Amino acid sequence: MKRIYLDYAATTPVHPDVAAEMQPYFSEKFGNPSSIHSFGQEAKAAVERAREQVAGLIAAQPEEIVFTSGGTEANNFAVQGIALANEDRGNHIIVSKIEHHAVLEPARFLENHGFKVTFLPVDNDGLVHPEDVQKAITDKTILVSIMHANNEIGTIEPIEEISKITKEKGVYFHTDAVQTVGSIPVDVNKLGVDLLSTSAHKLYGPKGVGALYIRKGTRLEPFIRGGGQERHRRASTENVAGIVGFGKACELAKNELQSRIDHLIPLRDKLIKGIKDNIQDVVLNGHPSIRLPKNVDITVKYVEGESMLLNLDIEGIAVSTGSACSSGALEPSHVLMATGISPELAHGSIRFTLGRLTTDEDIDRVLEVYPKIVEKLRKMSPLVKK
Amino acid sequence: MKRITSTKIVVAMSGGVDSSVAAALLKEQGHDVIGITMQIWPSKKAFGGCCSLEAVDDAKAVAARLGIPHYVLNFRNVFKDKVINDFIEEYKNGRTPNPCIRCNQFIKFDHLAQKARELGAESVATGHYARIVNSKLLKGRDKKKDQSYVLYMMDQESLAHTLYPLGDLTKTEVRKLAKDLDLPVAEKAESQEICFVEEDDYGRFLKETYPEAVQPGQIVDKAGNVVGQHDGIAFFTLGQRKGIGHHKGQPKYVIRLDRENNAVVIGDKEDTLGKELIAEQVSYISGTVPKGPLAVMAKIRYNSSEVEAVLEPELCRARVTFEEAQQSITPGQSVVFYKGEEVIGGGIIS
Repeated sequence: MKRIYLDYAATTPVHPDVAAEMQPYFSEKFGNPSSIHSFGQEAKAAVERAREQVAGLIAAQPEEIVFTSGGTEANNFAVQGIALANEDRGNHIIVSKIEHHAVLEPARFLENHGFKVTFLPVDNDGLVHPEDVQKAITDKTILVSIMHANNEIGTIEPIEEISKITKEKGVYFHTDAVQTVGSIPVDVNKLGVDLLSTSAHKLYGPKGVGALYIRKGTRLEPFIRGGGQERHRRASTENVAGIVGFGKACELAKNELQSRIDHLIPLRDKLIKGIKDNIQDVVLNGHPSIRLPKNVDITVKYVEGESMLLNLDIEGIAVSTGSACSSGALEPSHVLMATGISPELAHGSIRFTLGRLTTDEDIDRVLEVYPKIVEKLRKMSPLVKK
Repeated sequence: MKRITSTKIVVAMSGGVDSSVAAALLKEQGHDVIGITMQIWPSKKAFGGCCSLEAVDDAKAVAARLGIPHYVLNFRNVFKDKVINDFIEEYKNGRTPNPCIRCNQFIKFDHLAQKARELGAESVATGHYARIVNSKLLKGRDKKKDQSYVLYMMDQESLAHTLYPLGDLTKTEVRKLAKDLDLPVAEKAESQEICFVEEDDYGRFLKETYPEAVQPGQIVDKAGNVVGQHDGIAFFTLGQRKGIGHHKGQPKYVIRLDRENNAVVIGDKEDTLGKELIAEQVSYISGTVPKGPLAVMAKIRYNSSEVEAVLEPELCRARVTFEEAQQSITPGQSVVFYKGEEVIGGGIIS
């Protein structure tokens, strides 16, 4: 049975060119970038080249890129780093209710340590309203953190509009762009953000590496202390092979971005239409059009997402319910709850995320198998309304 | 024991040796095995029992070794609803519940069975030491490990869709199999604790989780004289000697938990003896109520031995009269009836 992977928002396969680029940096060019000798120099050069590649994808300056262990660290770094460095200016932070846990948890941590946090609501489509940001900002506000696109429902937030407000108010603005970098055009200047988190494994790079974009002049405390790596902003010997892979993945993404989008949108729309045509009582979660090209998140009434996921897996089709971090401990998704649907319906949600290796035949197979699974489960379901 | 046809079977995997070997045996027989670990209590609060995060990891490691798919399913709401709430309610009422029996009845043979059907599986297998032969529930071959006591509430429907692959094996054989199969949990220690209670301290669990369930009160003697204070009747069980103080050199025992007055009643050893009991929510494996009076062997708690008794079935209830008086017949615990190897049925002591 051919397995079909439709969970690209969870992680992506490393691109073969990326793996090839990384290969020499394990055993051959293994130097420590901080070393003075030639081994160190070649590793350092590789890291700096990767920094340029990452910066190039998001229109940043290379020196504005700090490598991290991934998106979660970048988010923690941004939220806690800004809070600690700007306490003299205020103690208020604004985040949306649908942020990833990697932003919500640091925010709650700060809340327990004397900071005030506003959790902004979203509308039924998952959009944050810029006027809500405007209203929430006080003279104590030091940071606004709103994700670029939501990992679960795929809604793309109005970052440009929000940044106009934060600029005017003189408040730092961070965006978690883990789901968008490599998926849609990301330009830190157009977006107008001061900080932006990204992760390599979401764009066909390796796991365990990410970056935080920090606009020049931004005041933030280091998150990891130790040696002087990353211009004293992030201690720890660099994950050289990972960083090299991340750089290559960004270069590929920059070159292929439009063709990736053109490949995904028709497949996404075909899947949405096919599901709506073949299954009754389904709702597309997130915004109907302002959404990621890869994302199809739906709620199927009277059936549990968990049961659909398992049945699809048995058929070789890999999908997700909510975010990957919470599978295995399925609570009703905080994102769906924030969009105003009931906990029962939230349990019936399922997420398909497509990627560069997804084919038209894959979508055909899903549309052949999936409606039958829903039909079978509905027949057994105690939730079905007769 | 090779079978000609392979069937799809869901194995409830706790991450322990028993359920791991059960899964391995079924896989070896050529079945299409799916491992499922039930998450029934917030993992931060689970302690080394069948639902801890560690247990999930162990089960996943075993499934990976066996090359079978493994899923963790969220049963928290139903577990809270059917098992935990009853556990607390029973203690509040001065009774001593057996949550494992309710878990088997409402979680494993009901909710998990439903999940298994949704996955297209015909049967659910567990690592219990018991046997199903010709629509009868029999004790496990290993008499020391026999777990038929906690399975007495099964009906014909659940018997038809349940497998106990370890029923013919001894614990020693199971351990050896685990070693031979190089299962990563072969050396794991036995867990006998209630899975959601830390260090088996159910009193602390009640106090911390549901403080209103434990209220201080008085310890009284049979005549009603106050002889001491207690922290909550939930901390006591019939026949208990600990925690009731010393009384003129004479050992005293808890003989009754008086819910109405929130009192612990103490007495002498002979006061703990009882000749008969009434069981409620009585069920019979065959699905039909046997004609009484019937001579049976009865077991009044998991770790006690069977004793001779006469069973007189009534409507949904049963009267059980013992040949010899029994110590500490405890309301909330189950009484299970046996005829030789066979489980006839059982009920909850009222």
